[in-house]
Amino acid sequence: MSSSFRSEEMCLAQLLFQTESAHNCISELGHLGLVQFKDLNPGVTAFQRRFVKEVKKCEKMERILRYLEKEMVKSSIVIAPTKEKEIVPCPRDVLELESTFEKLEQDLREINRNHVALRQNLSELMDIDSLLRMAEDFFEEAESLMSCSEPPSEDSMCMTVSSRITSRRNSSSSIIGPPYLGFIAGVIKQERFPAFEKVLWRLFHGNFVLRHAEIQATEELQTDRGLAKKDVFIIFVQGDHVREKVRKVCDGFHASLYSCPKTLHERKEMSNNIMTRMEDLRLILRRTEEYRAGVLMKAADHVHEWSSKVKKMKAIYYTLNLCNIDITQKLIVAEIWCSVSDLTLVHNALIKGSEQSGSSVTPVLNRIQTQQTPPTFNRTNSFTEGFQAIIDTYGVGTYQEINPAPYTTVTFPFLFAVMFGDCGHGLVMTLFAVWIVTQAERRYIILLMGMFSVYTGLIYNDCFSKSFNVFGSSWRVQPTFHPHGPWHNDTLHDCEHLQLDPVIPGVYSGVPYVFGIDPVWNIASNKLSFLNSFKMKMSVILGVSHMLFGVTLSLFNYAYFRNFQDVLIEFIPRMIFLLSLFGYLVLLILYKWCITVPSDVAPSILLLFINMMLFDYQSQHHLLYEGQKAVQICLVVTAVLMVPVMLMVKSFLVYRTYMKSRQPVFGNSLNDQHGADTRSSFSQHQSNETVSMSDIFVYQAIHTIEFCLGCISNTASYLRLWALSLAHAELSEVLWRMVLQVGLSFSSGMGSLMLALIFAAFAVLTVTVLLVMEGLSAFLHALRLHWVEFQNKFYEGSGYKFTPLSFDSLLKTQQ
Amino acid sequence: MASLLFCGPKLAACGLVLSIWGVIMLAMLGIFFTTHSAVLIEDVPFTEEDMHNQQTPLQGIYDLYNKVGYNCFIAAAIYVAIGFLSFCQVRLNKRKEYLVH
Repeated sequence: MSSSFRSEEMCLAQLLFQTESAHNCISELGHLGLVQFKDLNPGVTAFQRRFVKEVKKCEKMERILRYLEKEMVKSSIVIAPTKEKEIVPCPRDVLELESTFEKLEQDLREINRNHVALRQNLSELMDIDSLLRMAEDFFEEAESLMSCSEPPSEDSMCMTVSSRITSRRNSSSSIIGPPYLGFIAGVIKQERFPAFEKVLWRLFHGNFVLRHAEIQATEELQTDRGLAKKDVFIIFVQGDHVREKVRKVCDGFHASLYSCPKTLHERKEMSNNIMTRMEDLRLILRRTEEYRAGVLMKAADHVHEWSSKVKKMKAIYYTLNLCNIDITQKLIVAEIWCSVSDLTLVHNALIKGSEQSGSSVTPVLNRIQTQQTPPTFNRTNSFTEGFQAIIDTYGVGTYQEINPAPYTTVTFPFLFAVMFGDCGHGLVMTLFAVWIVTQAERRYIILLMGMFSVYTGLIYNDCFSKSFNVFGSSWRVQPTFHPHGPWHNDTLHDCEHLQLDPVIPGVYSGVPYVFGIDPVWNIASNKLSFLNSFKMKMSVILGVSHMLFGVTLSLFNYAYFRNFQDVLIEFIPRMIFLLSLFGYLVLLILYKWCITVPSDVAPSILLLFINMMLFDYQSQHHLLYEGQKAVQICLVVTAVLMVPVMLMVKSFLVYRTYMKSRQPVFGNSLNDQHGADTRSSFSQHQSNETVSMSDIFVYQAIHTIEFCLGCISNTASYLRLWALSLAHAELSEVLWRMVLQVGLSFSSGMGSLMLALIFAAFAVLTVTVLLVMEGLSAFLHALRLHWVEFQNKFYEGSGYKFTPLSFDSLLKTQQ
Repeated sequence: MASLLFCGPKLAACGLVLSIWGVIMLAMLGIFFTTHSAVLIEDVPFTEEDMHNQQTPLQGIYDLYNKVGYNCFIAAAIYVAIGFLSFCQVRLNKRKEYLVH
């Protein structure tokens, strides 16, 4: 247990090993995961380090691996999961892997390029195919037009070539020679066609025939170019010059032009040609895809292995960059932080590594003394890992400070449960947590929170807002009736609310309910005024105890760092202040709970406390016990006296030691460093810094005010325990009353079906509102109570975390 | 033949969890109602007439308790059926997963 009480003792060690065995040694250390390498070249930028080329190579390989994985995902090839291998990567492997990767990448890129080109070819061929088919009717139409326009006459006014679509006005042109209509055929995107038509009109004023038709979208076409529709068009124009212009316009609109033969026979031949070519292309495409799939599948078997190798190598080179290589290039010097208890393990790992690489020289490990603060290392198992993470999120502990994590394993779920407090919801949460733990093996926090919630739910006697009557209630109604008490049967008819008076004998049996809150309160209408008082006082008691515990932990810190001065002038005044004011408050609460006072003369504890601070003792205020006035005055005066003690004494003492140590300053420090006590050397190191009086005084004033005011505000802050549990109970009751009770009140035949439906709604609402929302809220508030109110009594949290070189965590973050 | 699968794996799992919870909780509620637990008095749908018009109002209240209790048991039985259905869906979904791969 001492290992988790405070962080481990660390030491700085120097490693010397040969360059050949470097890879093996570092990879053994990486598998061990217990050392953190110190950066011996802090002034060197990343580009100037020795192994920067190798690191870049590894990064390039990672990029190729990512590309490969993406391609595999695109072709839906399953990547085989890792088999656990302890392969040690060595420099030869780097070169081998690099060449394999480059070859794979080149292959794949080439295949992809070919694939794209082939696809394009195929789509062109398909365009030509559709063009040829639709050209048939166009040509028929054109030939009929040509035949009806023969013979030409020189003085015929116009060669009107009209089409159903395009001509609006006639324009005159003279024809020289036999009517010969040239044509241009092509394919254009359908959305561009209207603009295309307009441009042609503007240019040629209707001296052309334009036919277009939409290409029927077959399935194959659609997979090729998505949903872009294309049109086939044919323009019949006269003259080469005009044809050039038309060609330019077509280029401008990105229409692809194809040559189309004029005779039917040639067209048929071309069509057959194209069909065969398309079939060939389709075959080639299929083969390409199969080849690609084959390449990827072969690679898929090794992808994980490769990527873990590459990651390890990159980590090793990165670590080598942190070390020093001596002049003869034969020896590598590294400095590591590791825990004192792990030194033998590290040494063994080094020896194993050097044996694996076959070098004759065993690596050397020697411990060196240092003044630097080591990193904070808290050994955790899978259970405490979660709680340690919670603490570390707020701040990593200072080296060898008390670790609050072991206590958090109990107090955190407990404070959560106080705010959550419903055994039905707690049960659901526990079952959910059990399921998660069997799946994932890490979420013990939720399990603990659930179990503690069941416990507090039993104490609050609250299960989905109903109470259990297990032991028999201590309240009885029967004795209130005649002849013992004042009620008659008519009283029941007249009054809306009746009050059970415990003074009447027999109503209250005198023995409180055995475990938890009496179930009679669940059906009482003044339930809240009882529960509120109970929960508020409970929150104050829990809060003061938690803070007291925190202050006690600071005592352990002072004792460990041999800071006995601080024990006297900081710890003791703080304890006295806290105990005399808030400890007394807790005692008052407990005392009032234990005695019986008639309710009309019972003094309110809050008022008693306020009057105590204000020294207000007028005679009409009742007191709880005799001599209360004297005791209270005594306590308040003591507490007030502690404040100047906390403010002034430490500053004066520091000032005095500073003045004294100013003369023989070197003698003092020499004496201390001969001592083998490393702990005090750390604290002495801090006080050897220059001291300025105002700084100390201000620092002390701030801390004193923070502590004193903090006591009050933090105690009040713990009232959130009451507030959240009240909110939870009320929400739960509302949900029951508004939802489930409606279902239970159906007395018709279909009542059970409605009940089943309504229960489903009740379950969903319970899970979303009460479990998730309230659970998160309670979690957050419990966390805040720990971080602020508990930890500011003793925790410094100014260390840095121990981050060892560990391949396991590296590979885990990858997945 | 038409697929008997009509919901995905998550919906089927949710249905299974909900029906297990429903069966347990409704069965317990049914037991508590039939044993005339006093804590559940507000959930029993009695009216003023029940109190005044009957010879033995206590027996009337007990009868109402029993009626609500039986409703709860029938609803629990409905959830048993839903649970069985969801369980079948879960099994069919698992089988479908194995077939594809």
